[in-house]
Amino acid sequence: MKKISNQEYKQLYEQKKPKEKIFLNCVKAFVVGGIICMIGQGINDILVKVMDISKENAASYTSIILVFIAALLTGLGVYDEIGKFAGAGSIVPITGFANSVISPAMEFKKEGMIFGTSAKIFTLAGPVIVFGLLSTWICSFIYYLYRVIAL
Amino acid sequence: MFKVYLSVFIVGGLLCVIGQILLNKTTLKPANILVVYITAGVILSFVGLYEKLVNIGYAGATVPLSGFGYALYKGSKEAIINDGLLGIFTGGLTGTAGGIAAAIIFGFLVALMFNAKTKK
Repeated sequence: MKKISNQEYKQLYEQKKPKEKIFLNCVKAFVVGGIICMIGQGINDILVKVMDISKENAASYTSIILVFIAALLTGLGVYDEIGKFAGAGSIVPITGFANSVISPAMEFKKEGMIFGTSAKIFTLAGPVIVFGLLSTWICSFIYYLYRVIAL
Repeated sequence: MFKVYLSVFIVGGLLCVIGQILLNKTTLKPANILVVYITAGVILSFVGLYEKLVNIGYAGATVPLSGFGYALYKGSKEAIINDGLLGIFTGGLTGTAGGIAAAIIFGFLVALMFNAKTKK
């Protein structure tokens, strides 16, 4: 058997192991993320075609329903199990945002309703809302200036 | 019908694959990924690209958090057209009010009703 140094072993390890894992992880993320989006499309179609709700409102309802489902599954501990399998497939959809809002709220429940649950709701939602609003504000301001100048 | 759902699956799936690559290849944590997605969604909507992705992928583009960024910017743009300068401040949250309120309200209620499972 050929002897290899630690460094060579490390190189080999870096080359071989993570690649396979990444590919498999990507497949899992693709399938689960795709399915969550299809569920969203299904909800949206039912709202628009069956319940006759306007497209704009249906989009909001779809978010609300997906968030509700994710909240319930997080409470039951199911969403974390899905997350272990799906990785980014369960993080990137809006259900992952809901999960990131609820998990810390549940975890810090024992610190009380105010400083525990209510405060920790924003541990992860906070950065998302801050960066979302900040980037929107900047882009909107540019758009506003463009309108003022162009019109 | 089948075609729509297929493109939803593919676009939504691919957006998640990008997230998975970021997760595996960089030091970004899930929270960073969410921030990256929402910011990217806003910027891509601003330059008009995200609208095109929504037209191809429907919920495949709106359900991922980048779609939340799209809703932020879209709401803001509409508010600017209707209300002018005020819209820069009010539009973004109007467009995403449903999702954010749902996350906070359902989050609070679920946290009241359920206890976190002890991590093994």
